[in-house]
Amino acid sequence: MTDLPAIWSYLSREPLLWLTATLIAYVAGDAASRRSGRNPVVNPVLVAMILLSLVLWATGTPYPTYFEGAQFVHFMLGPATVALALPLWSNLAHVRATLVPMLGALVAGSVVAILSALWIAQALGVEGPALLSLAPKSTTAPVAIGISEQLGGLPTLTAALVILTGIIGAVIVTPLMNLLRISDWRARGFAVGVAAHGIGTARAFQVNETAGAFAGIGMGLNALLTAILAPWIVAILFSG
Amino acid sequence: MIAHLAIFLSFQLAGEVIARGAGLPVPGPVLGLALLLLACIAAPALGQRLLATAQGLLSHLSLLFVPAGVGVVAHIGTLGPAAPALLVALVGSTLLALVTGAAVFVALARLTRSGAGHD
Repeated sequence: MTDLPAIWSYLSREPLLWLTATLIAYVAGDAASRRSGRNPVVNPVLVAMILLSLVLWATGTPYPTYFEGAQFVHFMLGPATVALALPLWSNLAHVRATLVPMLGALVAGSVVAILSALWIAQALGVEGPALLSLAPKSTTAPVAIGISEQLGGLPTLTAALVILTGIIGAVIVTPLMNLLRISDWRARGFAVGVAAHGIGTARAFQVNETAGAFAGIGMGLNALLTAILAPWIVAILFSG
Repeated sequence: MIAHLAIFLSFQLAGEVIARGAGLPVPGPVLGLALLLLACIAAPALGQRLLATAQGLLSHLSLLFVPAGVGVVAHIGTLGPAAPALLVALVGSTLLALVTGAAVFVALARLTRSGAGHD
């Protein structure tokens, strides 16, 4: 019989363990979210993140080791983004009918996301590369990282800010929209896609299919618009 | 299922090749999304075939962000001494962007009489 440390040393080198752990943590997070009646604070990503971080910390596992297993899940983000074309296609009549509201909400949401983040952080004394890293935080991670590099920000910091923005958006969108009495699923979904990219979109799909479709559109369009606007806004704000 | 996944991956691949080849600021998967949408408009049968698989994949979209989320916790130190200020900026700005986006959408939908998106 092989002793436990030998089994552990085998498992800790193979992707199997951390891939399985990621799926189990998500199933637990999703079950917790369901049991809470989809309470936005019990976000499945947040629950799974905390569970896995505790396990990594307790076992002294470095993040790169974890990611070797988790990368198979991470990889699926690409095809899932492509798959967003289908809810968009099946809602095409909705989309055509709301072209003007979408474009207006896109420009307003995108500009406010960039400007307000820069202003609040600057007012609180953040400056230099950390401030620049904040500009693209509402857009999807691969775009945000590219923009951050181009602006002179810190790509790793931007990646963290993007994920945090997604979680914040996913947690606050439902209570916020209820508070404002905005019940139009198209508006709720689109706004969270623009402000909180894929994690906001995942939340929208949990709540309502139409909201999810519009969130996917908002996310895709804001990826384009932030790539254009962020360098421009930063140049105007910080020239000189 | 596997055939459908192969279609998604092919569109992602095409998006990646075009985005890099043309030096576009859009990530490959987002361009792949646009290409697949055009393909479904041109051939609705393709859309009908892929719809159920896409819905299955997207109903667990949250799962796919877990590895990156764990990375944030692991690299929480990268936030540095500015962490509290950055968090306030993220919460404030996300709140403002959500309110502005949804309010502008509702106001313009009313102006252009684009119907109501309630259930």
